[in-house]
Amino acid sequence: MKSTRIFIGAAIMLSFLFASCGNQGASDSGKGKGALVSSAAEKVYVAPGERDEQYAFLSGGYSGNLTVYGLPSGRLFKEIPVFSQFPTSGYGYSEETKPMLNTSFGFVPWDDLHHPDISQTNGELDGRWIFANGNNTPRIARISLSTFETEEIMEIPNSAGNHSSSFITENTEYVVAGTRFSVPVPQRDMPISEYKSNFKGALTFIEVEPEHGHLDIKFQLLMPGFNYDLSHPGRDKSHGWFFFSTYNTEEANTLLEVNASQNDKDFIAAINWKKIEEYVNNGGGTKMPANYAHNVYDEATHSATSTMKKEVLVVNPSEVPGAIFLLPTPKSPHGCDVDPTGQYIIGSGKLSADLTVHSFDKMLDAIAGEKFDGEAYGIPILKFEDVMAGQVKSGGLGPLHTEFDGKGNAYTTFFISSEVVKWKLGTWEVIDRQPTFYSVGHLMIPGGNSRKPHGKYLVAMNKITKDRYLPTGPEMEHSAQIYDITGEKMELLYDFPTHGEPHYAAGCDADLLVQNSKKIYRLDENKHPYAINSPAEAKVVREGKEVHIYMSTIRSHFTPDNIEGVKVGDKVYFHITNHEQDFDVPHGFSIIGAGTSEILVMPGQTKTSLWEPEKVGVWPFYCTDFCSALHQEMQGYVRVSPASSDLEISWSLGD
Amino acid sequence: MKKRAIWTVALIAAIFTSACQPAASDDTQASEATSEESLDKTSGQAFVEDEVSNPNILQIAVGSADHSTLVAAVQAADLENALVNAGPLMVFAPVNEAFDALPEGTVESLLKPENKDDLANILKYHVTPGNYSKEFLKKFKKLGQANDQSVAVEVKGDDVYVGGAKIIATVKASNGIIHVVDAVMLPSNN
Repeated sequence: MKSTRIFIGAAIMLSFLFASCGNQGASDSGKGKGALVSSAAEKVYVAPGERDEQYAFLSGGYSGNLTVYGLPSGRLFKEIPVFSQFPTSGYGYSEETKPMLNTSFGFVPWDDLHHPDISQTNGELDGRWIFANGNNTPRIARISLSTFETEEIMEIPNSAGNHSSSFITENTEYVVAGTRFSVPVPQRDMPISEYKSNFKGALTFIEVEPEHGHLDIKFQLLMPGFNYDLSHPGRDKSHGWFFFSTYNTEEANTLLEVNASQNDKDFIAAINWKKIEEYVNNGGGTKMPANYAHNVYDEATHSATSTMKKEVLVVNPSEVPGAIFLLPTPKSPHGCDVDPTGQYIIGSGKLSADLTVHSFDKMLDAIAGEKFDGEAYGIPILKFEDVMAGQVKSGGLGPLHTEFDGKGNAYTTFFISSEVVKWKLGTWEVIDRQPTFYSVGHLMIPGGNSRKPHGKYLVAMNKITKDRYLPTGPEMEHSAQIYDITGEKMELLYDFPTHGEPHYAAGCDADLLVQNSKKIYRLDENKHPYAINSPAEAKVVREGKEVHIYMSTIRSHFTPDNIEGVKVGDKVYFHITNHEQDFDVPHGFSIIGAGTSEILVMPGQTKTSLWEPEKVGVWPFYCTDFCSALHQEMQGYVRVSPASSDLEISWSLGD
Repeated sequence: MKKRAIWTVALIAAIFTSACQPAASDDTQASEATSEESLDKTSGQAFVEDEVSNPNILQIAVGSADHSTLVAAVQAADLENALVNAGPLMVFAPVNEAFDALPEGTVESLLKPENKDDLANILKYHVTPGNYSKEFLKKFKKLGQANDQSVAVEVKGDDVYVGGAKIIATVKASNGIIHVVDAVMLPSNN
C-alpha cells in the first residue's frame, strides 16, 4: 500500500519534471531546455545600471500617444503625449499646450495614433524627429527626439481615417498622409448612396522644412474613391516614387466586409511624386478653399500657437499623365512595403495565403512599353503578370506587414495564422516561421523600413493577449514579442505588454539619440512671456477679472506662497517658472478644485495652469512631484474673497 | 524495498533537476557579480555624466582649491552620492585652514578607514536639509543636522556663526547652498 503510494508519487514527480522541461521550449539540437531559456534570458537581461542597445517607439493606438521602450529589455521608459490630453505632464491641459489639440472641429483632445516613422537622411535613420499620424481626425505630428515632446501637429483637410500615413521619403522631403475613407471633396450634403465616382481619396504630401522640421502641405492628390490602407516610399533606386495599397476598389459604401471583398484583385497605386512636385513647382494644381489647423510648439517660449490655414493645393491625376499607375494586387492588400534596395514592393493580401511581390524594374519597363490592362478613372492599370516579380507561397494565412533585415531576408506577419514568416527576397523561399501570441498585426525591426536596417531584434505586436500575462479583468494590454533574428532561425526571446494598441513602431540604435537628449531647458533662453528670471521677480498682477501669478519654484518652496486679494469669479493664471537648472528635477503644481490636470514643469521651463475659484475660503496648492527631501513642505495658500470684496492683491514668502 | 524506491526517485529527480537547470549556476554568478558592482565606488548619482546642469554641491567643492581637505574627507567617508542628492542641502564647508587648525594628527587619524564612522558623523554635522541664505539664517536659534544632532546659530553684528564657525562666503548650488566657514564644527560626543 505504502509502496504503491510511493510509486504513484514518483510517477507524478517525474512527469512533472518532464513536463516542466518540455514547457520551456523545444530544442532541435538536443540541448537541455534549461540551457535555451537561460540563453534567451541572457540576451534580454539588461543588468541594473546597464542600458539598452536600442530604442523602440511603439504606437499607442487608441491611447493617442507614443510609448518609448528599450530593446532588448522591453522596459517602458516614457509615454510621449501626442494627440491626447495627458495629465501626467499637463499636455493639452496647460494653457501653453492646449493649442496643440486645436482642429477645424475645435479642441479635439484624443486621436488614434498609428504609424510612427523616424526621419531619414539618404535613406538611413537620422534620429532628429519621429512622425506619427492621428487616424480619426486626420492629423500628422512631429515629435522631437531631443526633447521627446510633440512639436508640431498639422491637420489634413479633405481626408478621413488618416491611415496610410505617416511615412517619410528617404531624405525626409515629405511626410505622406493617405486617407483610408474616401469622402466628398469638398465636403457637402449629398446622399451616401452616390458614393461611387463622387467620393475622393486624398493623398497628401507634406513638405518637411529641413532645418527645423516645420510642416507645410505641398499638394494633395485627389485619387479615386478607394480605401488607401498603407503606404511606403520608394528608396534608393525607387526614390521619387510612393506606393499605396488600396482596398474597396469596388467603391462600396455599406457592408464593406462583403462588398469590398468582391474583386479578386485590388491595387497598389504607384505615385511618381517627383513628377507631381515638378508639376506643382511649375505652377500646376488648383488652390482650393479649405480650413485646417496648423499647431506649432516653440521650445523657446514653451508655448504652442494654432493657426487656421485656408487653402490647399490639389492635383487631379489626369493633370499629370505618366505620374500615377495602378498595380493589380490580390485580395485587399494591407501592408505595402519596399525592400532596402528599392527593387521590391510587397503587397500583403490580407485575405490571402500568399504575398505578392512587384518589381520596380518590371514596373518601369511596363510603363515604358505602355502595356496597360485598362484604366480606372483615367489612371492606367498595369498588367499583373508584367509587374509581378514573384509570390511567396507562405503556407500562412492573412499576411499583413513586412520588414527587412538588410541581409536579403524579409519578415512578414500573418494575422490569422498568428506567426512571423522569414523568407528570402528573390527566391521567395520560406526560411523559418515562428508563432506569435496571438494574432500579430505589425512587426518592427529597428531601421527595418529604411535602406539600412539594424537587424538584430524583431518586435512582433499582437492584437490578442488572452493568457499571456496574469489576468486583469476583461481588458488586457496588448502583447509584444521580441525575436533574435541574427541566426538562420528566429528565436523568441521575450514577451512584454504594451500600452494602448501598437499598430506599428519605429526603432533605432541608442547611440543615435543618447547624445542629443536634452537634460534641462536653459533659463537664459526662456522666452515665455510670463517667465521670470529669478524668484525675486515673482509678482501677482490683477488685470480686470484676470489674475496673473508670476510664480517661481525652487527646492523646496513656491515664490510667493501666500496670495491674497483673489475673488470668486476671477480667472487665476499660475505662470510657473521652474528655476532649477538641474537634470531630472521637475516641480509640479496643482490647487484644490482645479478643473484641469496638474502641470509638471521641467527645469528652466514655464507652464501655466488656469484656476477659476468658485468658493470663498483659503485654498492650498502644492508641488505634485516628489522633488526633494522637503517636498512635503512645498505648499502655499490662496485666499479667495467674495466677488464684492475690495481687498487688494498682495503676496509674500517667509514673512 | 521501500527505501530503494525512494532513493531511485530521488536520484532520477536529481538528474532531471540538474538537466533542466544548468542556468542556475550562471544565475548565481550573475547575481554575485551584480552585488559586487553595486559596491563599486564609481556608481551612483555622483557619477552621472551631465555637463549641462548647473553644478551641484559636490562639483563646486571639488572645483574649489580652498576645500581640498574637505573633499578628501567626503571621499574617505563615501559621502559623494549624498552631496549630489536632490536635497535641498545646506552645507557648511570648512576651508583647508580650518582643518589645519585642528590639533596635530586629527585629520590624518580621521582619514583612516577604521575611523570612517567618526569622520562621517563629523561631516554630516556640517549638513542641514534645507536651503537658507545667510540673511535668512539669522531667524534661527539652532539647526537640525544630518547626523541627528542640533547645532546652535548665533548672530554677532552682521556675522552669522553656526556651531562656532563663522560664515565667510556663500555659493549657490543646483541642489542647495554652500556656506563657507572658517572652522570645523565638532559635534558633542553624545
